Amino acid sequence: MNNGRKSRFLFTATCFGIAFLYVPMILLVFYSFNKSRIVPVWGGFSTKWYGVLFESEEVWEAIALSLKIATVNATFAMILGTLAGLALVRFGRFKGRTLFSGMISAPLVMPEVITGLSLLLLFITLKEFIGWPDQRGFTTITIAHITFSMAYVAVIIQSRLTGMAQDLEEAAQDLGAKPLRVLIDITLPLLAPGMLAGWLLAFTLSLDDLIIASFVTGPGAVTLPILIYSRIRLGLRPDINALATIIILVVAIGVLVAAWIMFRQQKQRELELSMSEEA
Amino acid sequence: MNESAESSAQNRLLQRMSHLLQRNWRSLVLFIPFFWLLLFFLAPFFIVLKISLAESIIASPPFTPMIEWVEEGIMHIRVVVDNYAYLWEDDLYAKTYLNSLKISSISTILCLLIGYPMAYAIVRSNHTTKHILLMLVILPFWTSFLLRVYAWMGLLADQGTINNLLIAIGIVDEPIRMLYTPFAVYVGIVYTYVPFMILPLYANMEKLDWTLLEAAADLGAKPMTTFFTVTLPMTLPGIIAGSLLVFIPATGEYVIPDLLGGGNVLMIGRILYNEFNANIDWPVASAVAIALLLLLVLPMMLYQHMQARQVEAE
Repeated sequence: MNNGRKSRFLFTATCFGIAFLYVPMILLVFYSFNKSRIVPVWGGFSTKWYGVLFESEEVWEAIALSLKIATVNATFAMILGTLAGLALVRFGRFKGRTLFSGMISAPLVMPEVITGLSLLLLFITLKEFIGWPDQRGFTTITIAHITFSMAYVAVIIQSRLTGMAQDLEEAAQDLGAKPLRVLIDITLPLLAPGMLAGWLLAFTLSLDDLIIASFVTGPGAVTLPILIYSRIRLGLRPDINALATIIILVVAIGVLVAAWIMFRQQKQRELELSMSEEA
Repeated sequence: MNESAESSAQNRLLQRMSHLLQRNWRSLVLFIPFFWLLLFFLAPFFIVLKISLAESIIASPPFTPMIEWVEEGIMHIRVVVDNYAYLWEDDLYAKTYLNSLKISSISTILCLLIGYPMAYAIVRSNHTTKHILLMLVILPFWTSFLLRVYAWMGLLADQGTINNLLIAIGIVDEPIRMLYTPFAVYVGIVYTYVPFMILPLYANMEKLDWTLLEAAADLGAKPMTTFFTVTLPMTLPGIIAGSLLVFIPATGEYVIPDLLGGGNVLMIGRILYNEFNANIDWPVASAVAIALLLLLVLPMMLYQHMQARQVEAE
């Protein structure tokens, strides 16, 4: 294989790979504007399925519940994950470190059916002994989501902390700041972008979860994925295509805006760097 | 007078508390997430283990207690291994475990075959292209997993996009059955998990010293030889990390076999879900979960080990 053939192979493979990832999603969007009830048979352009989607009270309630859970989850997961990341990177060796780091990274690969089943059985056992949680729903789903999403936040914080230069913290310490002061005034502000990334990831993970939520939910608490699932189990539905289109649009805009902000920040930093070199 | 005494007492209390915080904040930082995980991650597994050793009964909760007080002061511990014996004896479970392993292994290999050239191409492309390609790989990860699986229901159905297209251009006369077959499950798993393969491979390849490839070429190695003796060994940590990130969750997958495989594809995640929700047999569902965990404990430990090593290397 010479170089030309090799790069042509890589180019083709990448194009196919990207097409594989995107064609199904593009078709999903395309058929949301289909007049016909039968999703993959084109019957003319129409936006009526968007109307059908938002007429349903269920959909609005599910969206509200999912957003509420995702927000509370992301906030708690960010705090717990940051604390966990700090402990793992900056505390050196402590008693129970192996157990702790094992419990932090296990949720990343644990099959969801196991996490869901075990948390449900915990909630049932707790209710039997201490009478809490009284009923399953918002609280139990949020607790379950925090448990697995804090692991993702901890991984982000860990990699930020290990990649971060410690000179600012050391300078503060040399100037007489106590360790807690250094943590609050120096380390946490430096970690803020990582914490934000962790918050966003936890938010998305929560919005996306079906299995764990279906195990630990109770009567009346229907999250958006649970609602979607109950509808698509029975077959293709044009209103779900409309919902998918809205979700894809929101995510695409979010990712593009984030990428643009990051790009600008990097440009700014490069500019500052070149200016300081000139001076 | 009284008021100022009270406020000074309050002040003292605040001082004491802040002093306590100053000295013990490290324990607090560690204690909160540690306690959370002990309660909501570790404890549940022991409950699953306990219930897997109980008998199914028609009651609420639907299983026998492990510890019974027969008379005052006499404790009776009841442990039943029937559920595990049942899993062992019933062919269905053995077949399902093997089938899950087969599907997740083949899917992992397919993800590797698709993901490896893509990760390689992303690493070797120029600055702007690299960022665009990376964003294109990450974007599906942020959209709904469930809806990406749903997209394939529309593509693979008898009346779906692919069949309509094939019939329209005259390649086939009758629709090919694709939805509700093992083929659909493979497509679904590869489609949803391929970003999990690409990203660790990319992270690994980006740190490599690519001049080694030029050195090998300068020394007269053929491209194929260079690939197998230099590139592949160098990227092995990325291959293992990506493969584990696909293999482990794919083995316990529920949504994909349920939506794309219908009733025709046996996977262990589905059996567990059904035993629990449809058959309401908690002890058997718990035993299925413990058996699945045992099956995956080795790959999971391998993954943890690699994560820890990577963090140390950084």
